[in-house]
Amino acid sequence: MSDETNKGLLSPLRRKLLMGMAAVPAITMLPRASFAQTPATSAVNTTGLAVTDTEVTVGILHSATGTMAISETGSIEAEKLAIEQINAMGGVLGRKIKFIQEDGASDWPTFAEKAKKLLVNDKVAAIMGCWTSASRKAVLPVMEQYNGMLYYPTFYEGLEQSKNVIYTGQEATQQILAGLNWIAKEKGAKSFFFIGSDYIWPRTSNKIARKHVENVLKGKVVGEEYYPLGNTQFNSVINKIKLTKPDVIFTDVVGGSNVAFYKQLKAAGIDLSKQALLTISVTEDEIDGIGGENIAGAYACMKYFQSLDNPNNKTFVPAFKKLWGEKTVIGDVTQAAYLGPWLWKLTVEKAGSFDVDKIAAASPGVEFKGAPEGYVRIHENHHLWSKTRVGRAKLDGQFELIYETADLVEPDPFPKGYQ
Amino acid sequence: MVVNSRFFNRSELIGFIVLAAVLFVILPLSLDVFRLNLVAKYLTYAFVAIGLVLCWGYGGILSLGQGVFFGLGGYCMAMFLKLEASSVENTKIQSTPGIPDFMDWNQITSLPLFWQPFHSLSFTILAIILVPGLFALIIGTAMFKRRVGGTYFAIITQAVAAILTILIVGQQGYTGGINGMTDLRTLKGWDIRPDHAKVILYFVEVVLLFACIGIAQFIRLTKLGRILVAMREQEDRVRFSGYSVANFKIFAFCMAAIFAAIGGAMFALNVGFMSPSFVGIVPSIEMVIYTAVGGRMSIFGAVWGSILVNFAKTSLSESFPQLWLFGLGALFIAVVLAFPNGLSGIWADYVQPRIDRLFASRKPKSAAWTDDSVADGAPAE
Repeated sequence: MSDETNKGLLSPLRRKLLMGMAAVPAITMLPRASFAQTPATSAVNTTGLAVTDTEVTVGILHSATGTMAISETGSIEAEKLAIEQINAMGGVLGRKIKFIQEDGASDWPTFAEKAKKLLVNDKVAAIMGCWTSASRKAVLPVMEQYNGMLYYPTFYEGLEQSKNVIYTGQEATQQILAGLNWIAKEKGAKSFFFIGSDYIWPRTSNKIARKHVENVLKGKVVGEEYYPLGNTQFNSVINKIKLTKPDVIFTDVVGGSNVAFYKQLKAAGIDLSKQALLTISVTEDEIDGIGGENIAGAYACMKYFQSLDNPNNKTFVPAFKKLWGEKTVIGDVTQAAYLGPWLWKLTVEKAGSFDVDKIAAASPGVEFKGAPEGYVRIHENHHLWSKTRVGRAKLDGQFELIYETADLVEPDPFPKGYQ
Repeated sequence: MVVNSRFFNRSELIGFIVLAAVLFVILPLSLDVFRLNLVAKYLTYAFVAIGLVLCWGYGGILSLGQGVFFGLGGYCMAMFLKLEASSVENTKIQSTPGIPDFMDWNQITSLPLFWQPFHSLSFTILAIILVPGLFALIIGTAMFKRRVGGTYFAIITQAVAAILTILIVGQQGYTGGINGMTDLRTLKGWDIRPDHAKVILYFVEVVLLFACIGIAQFIRLTKLGRILVAMREQEDRVRFSGYSVANFKIFAFCMAAIFAAIGGAMFALNVGFMSPSFVGIVPSIEMVIYTAVGGRMSIFGAVWGSILVNFAKTSLSESFPQLWLFGLGALFIAVVLAFPNGLSGIWADYVQPRIDRLFASRKPKSAAWTDDSVADGAPAE
């Protein structure tokens, strides 16, 4: 820990030293040219980023403290693993990746402050970070003003697209529509009950889901309820569910509220092996807190499950556990966070430069064949083409893959007819 | 009203000169714009802390809800800036162009009525002062006229902070919800984001801060300030002497609210951002901590407290991203246990006597009367 944490403190001094080093290229470049693999720093870094002949610095910006730490820790771990693996393979354009970690402290303005620090003070070449929509909204103006590059891992509500962000999670239509189609077809579902936490992501997701249910599936939404973040009393909504008897309970309750929600569902005698429940917010990480016995039988709709059976995932999961402990679980967002450093590396190599403008331009079309979720590709709109999958929660806290889309689903952050 | 013949006594004058030198000269010259902007952010809390010195240190009214007023001021400013940033051409991607983005996400199709006046800057500036002022007047009247005070008052202010947070988060179509209002860009066409704008905003803020220090100092030195101290020490005696205790308390509380609101408005301008995370219970308590660390009896101490605690927060979290909160907690406990009067107590106990001795050795001790003996007396609670 102390190793990387000292960098933040020493950074201005270090940067001056590095600049000094960069100022004597005449000496260092000649012998380097004979090695031939490493392009000259002056050529790959024309905008004064923290890139030297041997190192490139990136930032990691998540909440290590506060209420979101429980969710964001997985992302931090995945990003560190990816960086370690990339360095073991020789780094990016012959330079090892060095990272500076900052704590957003579950506080949105702190995120903005730290993002600015990473860009202005440390001149990082890219930032892997943010989790909640609120933190991303806070950081976005900073990224645009100082022309940084953010790799954002969480599934989110869409309605956003920026030159300075690569969204490695799914946007709402990508995540939801395939799941709704599947459950309508498989279970003959006609009536849906929506329950969500009260902020922008569940509200937008439910708006999209409602339009799809009503206009495309010709079904009915029999109830839509929102609860404040951190709410632990769901008895009234559970009573409404018992009264309306929906075919499907569709939930996007986030964070700690999930624990109370599923326990109370079970206590109220709603058996998830008989009552279909589709969630877009519960990953393996959340089940860790909820307890497998409370949620077994529920369906989750996202792009990655730890149990996926493919060669990439079979090397990824053991590598993750080796670094972070046998008991850790890997959820959808953790996997998406793992994609960040890799996509950045591949884009830098495609662009042949660390310059943010060139990376932004080179991003569309970049493909990553080694993704644990399977092949992914960056779309023109800086989101990822990815498959959508439905899994069924098991007693041991893992998901069993039930369904996956045949093709990659196109990301559509501004869906027509759903706004 | 009788004003003491000298506005600052000697120790205050030194404090004033040191603070002015640091804020006007030393920091702008030694820090880059990024760090200077951080200092500007810290100083927005200093406004709140000065208000707390008046109302808590002198008046003995502990408010654990100053975040409410900070937030109201900040939101008023942010509403104006957000409207300006949401011009039709900036928002043509939305289903309803010309309204703030979060309204569009929440299916609101026209600008709500209470947002309309925030098109005007002069209305906004008035609102920054009046909205929190009136709100404090209502709370203060309701509480103090019924002689609710002490712990009960603190608890009620805390409840108000919680209520306002829930209101803002719940009404996300009108307030931006938990995301807050982000991406604030220009003030009357003047871009507040580039470096040179940040420097100008910093100096504007420091000037406003000194204006507030001046007002607070003035209040302290008048008879009004004496009554506040008397009220803190022996409320009943003041009441029996024929003073309306409630009115004085309301006044101190309103002043503290207005100072906090100015801080909040400057926050929105400097940081380009306003969110419910500055309104709730935790930030409100943090603001009290800044005052306690700086010394609740000292106006300058409160400013230093805000700067130093926030500086510690930033540097600790940069150096130890996972452990910094423990360090900060330890710091608070250490300061409060070892130095109950905060930083200004350390100054008064250890530094000031040396300076006095230095002066005394030069010339025979003058009979200059200072009011320290009264003002720095033991607090009531």
